[in-house]
Amino acid sequence: MSFDFAIEGEKLMMLVYGIIGFAAVMGLLLLALGKVDSPKDRWVAIGFLAPAGILLSIGLIYPAIRTLTLSFFDSSSTSFVGLDNYVWMFTHAETRETLRNTALWVLLVPTLSTAVGLLYAVLVDRTRFESFAKSLIFMPMAISFVGAGIIWSFVYAYRPTESDQIGLANQLVVWLGGEPQQWLLEDPWNTMFLIAVLVWIQAGFAMVVLSAAIKAIPSEITEAARLDGVTSSQMFWRVTVPSIRPALIVVLVTISVGTLKVFDVVRTMTGGQFRTSVIANEMYNYAFRYDEDGKGAALAVFLFLLVTPIVFYQVRLVRQRRKEAR
Amino acid sequence: MATVTYAGATRHYPGTDRPAVDKLDLEIRDGEFLVLVGPSGCGKSTSLRMLAGLEDVDGGKILINDKDVTNLPPKSRDIAMVFQNYALYPHMTVYENMAFALKLRKTPKSEIDVRVKKAADMLQLGDYLNRKPKALSGGQRQRVAMGRAIVREPQVFLMDEPLSNLDAKLRVQTRSQIATLQSQLGITTVYVTHDQIEAMTMGHRVAVLLDGVLQQCDTPRALYDTPANVFVAGFIGSPAMNIKTVALTDEGGVFGQMILPLTREQVAAARAGGDGKVTVGFRPEDCQLVSATEGGMPVVVDLVEDLGSGANVYGHAAINGGDERFVVSTERRSMPNLGETVFVKPRTDHHHAFHATSGIRLA
Repeated sequence: MSFDFAIEGEKLMMLVYGIIGFAAVMGLLLLALGKVDSPKDRWVAIGFLAPAGILLSIGLIYPAIRTLTLSFFDSSSTSFVGLDNYVWMFTHAETRETLRNTALWVLLVPTLSTAVGLLYAVLVDRTRFESFAKSLIFMPMAISFVGAGIIWSFVYAYRPTESDQIGLANQLVVWLGGEPQQWLLEDPWNTMFLIAVLVWIQAGFAMVVLSAAIKAIPSEITEAARLDGVTSSQMFWRVTVPSIRPALIVVLVTISVGTLKVFDVVRTMTGGQFRTSVIANEMYNYAFRYDEDGKGAALAVFLFLLVTPIVFYQVRLVRQRRKEAR
Repeated sequence: MATVTYAGATRHYPGTDRPAVDKLDLEIRDGEFLVLVGPSGCGKSTSLRMLAGLEDVDGGKILINDKDVTNLPPKSRDIAMVFQNYALYPHMTVYENMAFALKLRKTPKSEIDVRVKKAADMLQLGDYLNRKPKALSGGQRQRVAMGRAIVREPQVFLMDEPLSNLDAKLRVQTRSQIATLQSQLGITTVYVTHDQIEAMTMGHRVAVLLDGVLQQCDTPRALYDTPANVFVAGFIGSPAMNIKTVALTDEGGVFGQMILPLTREQVAAARAGGDGKVTVGFRPEDCQLVSATEGGMPVVVDLVEDLGSGANVYGHAAINGGDERFVVSTERRSMPNLGETVFVKPRTDHHHAFHATSGIRLA
């Protein structure tokens, strides 16, 4: 890789200016605070909150308002179009497909990841190779979504029957005597194969949280259940699962939010082609590739509306648990 | 209705050099309230858990009603257990907690209802049936745990320190409730505790364990009057018995100027391998404070525990060249002051003698 100082240097200078600017604002604020003779609590609080407040306004609040406004304007953000962009979202065939795909993702990824994670946590609990088995399934968590997408692109790679297969999936199929498949081309199965990637990543997270919750069940409770006469499946459904219900909900909710925002996996593996696109990917396409700022913004707002209630629910849950713990 | 038999039952945890429970032989009669007692790590809980089927048996057998249950899973043994921390199912109401075992056995709903309500009445839990355990006090949770065992109408009740998490007053109250309940129901009960007062007050018989070995199993009275060895003598009774190893003469054990008389047989037995010494003991309540002329042992008072109804007097005396500690129970009228010298005289024929090396009682 070559390093062109003329271009890169400019970027570096921007960075330096930014840091200097930030330091200057902070310095001024702290100086002003020091000048106040008897600093009241409120001023101290404002002083400390201001830097974070300013950064949040610039980075989060202003863009949010701007996005909301843009979603009511046309592609060039010049004329007001009312709710047209939203109407388009629900009527345009391709976008509806995107919504359908997103719904599939949100339904399948949390349930499958949690189910796999829970099953795995129960199966390896208190076995001799537990920590090894757990690190195996937890490992994907350490891989970035983009990295996972690329890895799985190779797993699903297709070569014609005559040549050697380089993808694991097709090699297995060939070994079993089948024809190599174009996994990522056939709708709707291609979406399922993409979903499998996110499940592969998220199951590790689910497993770790649920395994900790299972270990937190007092051993007396499982012993009492054994004396009461439970079978292993009754133990699982009537003692273990209810005991870890709060952890199950946290896992489901957390994965749901992550799944709604899924972008990287689709972006790197199909680019949203072959009817596999999801909201976040379309939002990116419309806003930054097709120069349709209004439509991109509308998609962003819609995604935000979907995520918000789940986040609220999650916050409420956490508060409730804290109250109970007291 | 059932008997329980431990026949040489042994539990040896892998990686330890001695068994947690070593060849336990114990027969528990039908309807009996048997208490397993001992210091922590003595194997009492392990013994109970072996009977429950929660712990493997590495040697010997365990029988319930003459049926070998050594290798049966817990649920096939028809036993119910009350745990120290109650182990209630947190996601179920009081009613569901008590009904759970019956539901698993596919008992008809109407019968479950009758049995749960009956147990709830017995334990004054009627108003709490729809509450979750976390909305109950410690005492109420303890009663739910009892109720869960009662509705099962099992062959045997097992209780593993069920009163340890209660405060002192509630513990005394619940102690008598459990004893009453057990005699009403007449269900064979094995009860584990580290508290010798609980053991003495509740058990029909008490089995004392130490280091996985059964020391003695007898009625509370017999344990108190004729402890089988030095350990039982020191463990049973509060405050603990005064036990000292002293020089042996033809008459008995030498306590300073005082001699605790022993029979000829006792002296002979003590001589055999006893190294010219004998271990003698007397209980704090089996001695009197006498005046200087009456031939007692002079003891300097270090501490007086005023119990209201009486007092425990702790002090030390110079015996055989060393300072030995003693404790004596007195009536409230004759309470001595700190630093005072009192004269202690054991009541005749109320002292105990043990072999100096083996610690076994000399009959």
